[in-house]
Amino acid sequence: MKVRVLFFSVLREQVGCSEMDVVMQDPATAKDLLDLLEAKYPVLASYRNSTRVAVNYEYVSADKVLAERDEVALIPPVSGG
Amino acid sequence: MAKNTLIAITTDHLDTASVANFLSVPEAGALDIFLGTTRQWTRGRETTRLVYECYEPMAVAEMERLADECRSRWPVLQLCMLHRLGEVPVAEASVIIGVSTPHRKDAFEACRFLIDQLKKQVPIWKYEVFTDGSGEWVSGEIPEVHAETRAQTDPST
Repeated sequence: MKVRVLFFSVLREQVGCSEMDVVMQDPATAKDLLDLLEAKYPVLASYRNSTRVAVNYEYVSADKVLAERDEVALIPPVSGG
Repeated sequence: MAKNTLIAITTDHLDTASVANFLSVPEAGALDIFLGTTRQWTRGRETTRLVYECYEPMAVAEMERLADECRSRWPVLQLCMLHRLGEVPVAEASVIIGVSTPHRKDAFEACRFLIDQLKKQVPIWKYEVFTDGSGEWVSGEIPEVHAETRAQTDPST
C-alpha cells in the first residue's frame, strides 16, 4: 500500500521535504505510519506528542486505518490568525 | 459555497471595505468585523513581519466546516473568513472575520467563535521574523479530532 505524506511548518524543515510517497504493509494505521517515519527521521520523535494527523483533509486519531492513495498530513500545532 | 458565505486564502492585501460591503444586507442590524494584525512588540522582542503558510485545501475545508457550525448556532446572514498567506508586515491584517446578523449580540458571539476556532483548528502556520534577523515558528494549538470523525473510527466513544 502506498500513501502520500505531507509535512508542514517545523516538520517540513526538520524532515527536509514537503511531501513523499511511503510504502507500507496493509493494513496500517496512522500510528504505524508515524512509527515508520520516526525510524527513518529520529528527529520526529520530539514532535510526536504535539503532531496531529489528518487523512484526506480530516483530523484523525492514531488508530485510523489508512487506505491506498490516502493523503496523510503531519500537522504541527497550528498558529493561524 | 453559498453566495452568502465568502471564504478565501490569498496572498493579496486584505480589504476591509469590500468585506463590509459583502456583509451589508437589508435584513442585517449588526455587522461585526474582526481583523488580526501583525503586532510589533511581543514580550520585549521587536517583530518585523509574520510569514504564513497553510495546507490550503484542508484549510478551506476546515473554514467551511466552521462556517456551517457557526450558522447552526447563530442566525448569521452573511459570513466572511479571509486569511492572508506569505509575508504580512507590522500593522497589516493577516485575517479578517466578518458576520452580519439581525442583532448585535449574535454578531459578536458568532464572530468570536469563528476567530477562536480558526486559531485552534485551521491548518495555517506563522513564522515570526524579529528585527535582529532571527526567526521562529509561533507555538500554536493542537487541533482537535472532530466528534463525528472520532465516532467513525472508535465505536467506544
